[in-house]
Amino acid sequence: MIRLIRRPTPSKFWSWTTPILAVVATMIAGGLLFALLGKPPVEAIRTIFWEPLFGDNADYFRGQLLVKAGPLILIASGLAVGFRAGIWNIGAEGQYIMGAICGAGLALAVYPAESPWLFPAMVIAGAIGGFLWGMIPALLKVWFGTNEILVSLMLVYVAQNLLAYMAFGPMKNPQGMGFPGSRNLQQYPSAFNEELIPGTGAHWGVLAALVAVIAIYVLMQRHIMGFRIRVAGEAPRAARFAGVVPARLVVFCLGLSGALAGLAGMFEVSGPSGQITDGFNAGYGFTAIIVAFLGRLHPVGILLAGLLMALTYIGGDMAQMMLNLPSAAIQVFQGMLLFFLLGFDLLTNYRVRLGGARA
Amino acid sequence: MIVGGIDVVTLISMLMVASTPVLLAATGELVAEKSGVLNLGVEGMMIVGAVAGFAAAVTTGSPVLGFAGGALAGAAMAALFALLTQVFLSNQTATGLALTLFGLGLSALVGKPFEGVRPPPTGKVPFGPLSDIPMLGRILFSHDWVVYLSLALVAAVWGMLKYSRAGLILRAVGENHDAAHALGYRVIAVRFAALAFGGALAGLGGAYLSLIRVPQWTEGMTAGAGWIALAIVVFASWRAGRVLIGAYLFGGITALQLQLQAAGYAIPVHLLTMAPYVLTIVVLVVLSALHRHGAQAAPAALGRSFHASN
Repeated sequence: MIRLIRRPTPSKFWSWTTPILAVVATMIAGGLLFALLGKPPVEAIRTIFWEPLFGDNADYFRGQLLVKAGPLILIASGLAVGFRAGIWNIGAEGQYIMGAICGAGLALAVYPAESPWLFPAMVIAGAIGGFLWGMIPALLKVWFGTNEILVSLMLVYVAQNLLAYMAFGPMKNPQGMGFPGSRNLQQYPSAFNEELIPGTGAHWGVLAALVAVIAIYVLMQRHIMGFRIRVAGEAPRAARFAGVVPARLVVFCLGLSGALAGLAGMFEVSGPSGQITDGFNAGYGFTAIIVAFLGRLHPVGILLAGLLMALTYIGGDMAQMMLNLPSAAIQVFQGMLLFFLLGFDLLTNYRVRLGGARA
Repeated sequence: MIVGGIDVVTLISMLMVASTPVLLAATGELVAEKSGVLNLGVEGMMIVGAVAGFAAAVTTGSPVLGFAGGALAGAAMAALFALLTQVFLSNQTATGLALTLFGLGLSALVGKPFEGVRPPPTGKVPFGPLSDIPMLGRILFSHDWVVYLSLALVAAVWGMLKYSRAGLILRAVGENHDAAHALGYRVIAVRFAALAFGGALAGLGGAYLSLIRVPQWTEGMTAGAGWIALAIVVFASWRAGRVLIGAYLFGGITALQLQLQAAGYAIPVHLLTMAPYVLTIVVLVVLSALHRHGAQAAPAALGRSFHASN
C-alpha cells in the first residue's frame, strides 16, 4: 500500500523540484502527443526548446523571446500576489484588453499631435484601464460578496466584445479603406513603444516586467502588505486576529493585478502589435495563470517560467513552420504542463510512504 | 404575436434551444458541487464534448452516437480532474482552470479536420397533432429529443437529491466529508462518480452546441457557456429547480439578443453579444446582495480536499 502523510510544512526542496519534473514529464507526454500526430517526437521537442535559442535563425527568435515573455511576466507577477492571498483574478485577459483600449484610445484621440509626454500618459492610461476593470470584481466582492472568479471571467467576454466594437466602430482607422482595426501606432512616433536596444525585442514593457518582478519581490518579502497577503492565504483565521482587513486585500490584489495586466496590454498595442484589432488579444492573460503557478507564485520563479513559456510559444511557431505541427498543439502542451505541475505538487505537501504501517 | 418587431412565440421557442447547453452543463455541475467538489473546468469539458460529439457524429453519421461520444469525452475530462484533485490532492481552483485551458487547446487540435463540415441533422420529435396547437405547439412541441432529455435530467437530479438514498449520501459527502468517511461512505468514490456525471452532462451540452445549436464546429465555440453554467449553479443556490430558471433566463437573453440583431435594431452587434455576460454579472450581484449570508447555501465542504489521515 502507498500511504500519504501530510508534511507539517511544505517541502522547500520539492517545491522547487516539481516544476522541473513537470517540464520533463510534459516533454515526454508532449513527445507522445506529437508522435500520435505523426511527427517525429524528438525532433519536435528539439525544435520547440532548442532551435529558438541555439538554432540557425536564433538571432531573430531570441528577440521574440523577450517580446512574448514581457507581458506574461508582467501579468503573472500581479496574479501571483492575489493567488497567494486566495484571491482568484482569472480575468487578466480582460484587464489586458482594457489597458490596450485605454492606452491606444488616448493616442488615437490626440493623433497626430507629437509630444514626449504622450507615451508616459498612455502608460498611465493603460494601467488605469486595467485597474478599473479589476476594480469591478473587487468592489462587487467587497460590497456584495459576489464571487470574483466568475465576475472577472465574465468581464473577459465583455472586454472582448468591447474590443471588437472598438475595432469595427469608434477606433476604426478612417484611412483604412474600410478594413477593421485602428491606425497603426508603430507609425505614430510619439506613441510607438520602440525597442530600447535594437534586435533584442526589449521594449518598455520588458523593462516594466523586470521592475515589476523586483517590486513584487520586495513587497512580498519586506513589506507589511506582503506579510498580510501571505498570512491571509495560508491561515485566514490567524490573519483576522493579526488585524488584516480582507476587503482591503481584495481591492489591493485585484487592483494591482489589473493595473499590471493593463500595462501589459498597453505596451503590446503600442509596440509589437501596433493596432487595436478584433483578435488583438492572444490569450496572454490565461497563459499567465500557468506562468504564475509554474513559477511557484514567486517573482523570480515567474521570471524563469515566463521565459520558458515564451520559448514554447516561439518554438511552437517554429515547429509549425518546419514540421507542420498544428498551432493548437502548443496550447495542449501548455495545459499538460500545468496538469503535471499540479499533480507532482503532491510531493511538496505530502510524504509518500510504502507499506501499511502508520508512521 | 409580434412586439417591437420580434415574434414572441419564436423567441420563447428559441429560448428553449438556446438554454439547453448551459442547462445540461449546470445540472451536471450542480451534482458535482453537491458532492463538495468545485470543478471550474466546465468550459473545458464542454468544448471537448463539443468537438468529440461532432467528430463522432460526422464519422458514424449518427447524431445519437455523437451525443454519446460527447458525454463520454466530457466524463473522461472529468475523470482526469477527479484523479488530480481526489488522488493527487491538488488545488481544485487551479486544476479546474488547467482543465479549461487544456480542453480549449485539445479541442482546437482535434477539431481542425472538422472545420466547415456539416453534421448529420437531428430531427424534431414527432408529436403529431400536439405540435399544431397554436402557439403552445411551437413553443413546447417543436424540438429535438435532447431538449426534452435535458428537462428530464433536471427532474431526475431534483428527485435524486431530494428523495433518494444516493442523494442523501451525496449531500452528506458534500456537507462534511470527515463525518461521511467516519460513517463508512467512500468519499473519494462518491466524488469520482459525481464528477464523472457532471463531466458527461457538460460534454452532452457541448455536443448540443456543435450538433444542433450552431450546428458546426468552430474553435472556442463554447464562448464562456461553461462559465455561465458555473454562475447558474451559484444563482440557483445549489437547487435543481432554480438551475432550470437560471438557464432559461440566460437562454432568454441570448435568444432576445439574437432576435434584436435579426430585427435590425441600430445597436452594434458586439454590444448586443455582450448582453448575456453582463446579465450574468448583474444576476450574481443581485443574488449575493439579497443573501448576504448566501454562502450558507453552498455545500459546506465545497472546494476542500479530503484526505483520510486528517
